Amino acid sequence: MSTATVQEHVETSASGKAGIEMMTITVRIRRYNPEVDAAPHWVDYQVTADPTARILDSLHKIKWEQDGSLTFRRSCAHGVCGSDAMRINGKNRLACKALVKDLNPTKPITVEPIQGLPVLKDLVVDMEPFFQAYRDVKPFLIAHGNEPTRERIQSQKDRDRFDDTTKCILCAACTTSCPVFWADGQYFGPAAIVNAHRFIFDSRDDGANERLEILNDREGVWRCRTTFNCTEACPRGIQITQAIAEVKRALITRRVI
Amino acid sequence: MSTHVSLEPPRTGNPGRSQRYRSRKGPGKVTRGNFELYSWLFMRASGVLLVFLVLGHLFIMMVTDGGVEKIGFAFVAGRWASPWWQFWDLMQLWLAMIHGTNGMRTVINDYADKDRTRAILKGLLYTAAVLTVALGTLVIFTFDPSIKG
Ligand code: SF4
Ligand code: FES
Repeated sequence: MSTATVQEHVETSASGKAGIEMMTITVRIRRYNPEVDAAPHWVDYQVTADPTARILDSLHKIKWEQDGSLTFRRSCAHGVCGSDAMRINGKNRLACKALVKDLNPTKPITVEPIQGLPVLKDLVVDMEPFFQAYRDVKPFLIAHGNEPTRERIQSQKDRDRFDDTTKCILCAACTTSCPVFWADGQYFGPAAIVNAHRFIFDSRDDGANERLEILNDREGVWRCRTTFNCTEACPRGIQITQAIAEVKRALITRRVI
Repeated sequence: MSTHVSLEPPRTGNPGRSQRYRSRKGPGKVTRGNFELYSWLFMRASGVLLVFLVLGHLFIMMVTDGGVEKIGFAFVAGRWASPWWQFWDLMQLWLAMIHGTNGMRTVINDYADKDRTRAILKGLLYTAAVLTVALGTLVIFTFDPSIKG
């Protein structure tokens, strides 16, 4: 019986393989090695790819089979950790969520590091300015008064108020698609505001005023030009521009609702 | 083999731009004050007002009473005899100039990244704005219909 199962399994996978139309695609990668290159430059790689596979698989193939020096970040490979945000065909996405067939594979697919942060090597950027802005908005629970002896209870409705902004995986796709951030890198950026929003509108948190004051800064929410680049870039589908607008409104009315 | 110790990592998407990290601000070191908040509110309010003022102005100038043909020294003199039109034009001048100047200020903040370039551009901008507003206001209030053009 066990033999039969194994047999069956082999057959399905074999027929499944035959059903897939593999194709040769060109991946055009922005490469930069600080030890030899004066400036970043484009390099083309040909790889065979399954159109329904992710561009991350092609990057793996290039690194493992063609050029081991290709450097990029990835960890979970399933859109959870947020470490592989890249600019693919001119748009910020997670390489592990971008399917080859959605990227017009008849033309070279361009892969660049996300913009506005210092490139360390190839597709790896220095995320420190991004995390600095994140830390600046105090992304942790601030609660005054006595410590409760049991968990802090919250109604479903109160939880729903900020549900959208809890989904952030800190991939930086939004902040590095923002033209205001590109300008001089001083703007807090959408990701920091999203994570401030997550606590400002949390009924268990008492630090709303403190965070609103931080975002009332010259480089805070008022620099937002409502471009919607961030909302478009977010791999988690967070309504970022709306979250920023809600923080603006809370600052004007001085009420958190 | 030599290593480039002083090589500055290029900022992606901004070739040639000097790299600048977010200036570090400890808690409590944020810029206080509501200037940017009021500036943002002003842009929304003045924008809505200007839609009515400017469209109304264009309608009066271009459509009513025989269109542009009627505009001349006498027509302007006649309008400015009334405080209502003086007020209308004054509002248009001030709101449009402050709205436009503030918009240009944000553009300069977005596109000029050196402090010196910013200061120079803003200096020029504010000088031009103040001169235009002062001259316009002066003309609206001291207009003398008896000088014949
Ligand atoms: S808000 Fe979206 S795009 Fe921005 S860092 Fe979070 S997950 Fe990434
Ligand atoms: S590798 Fe974890 S999000 Fe893509």
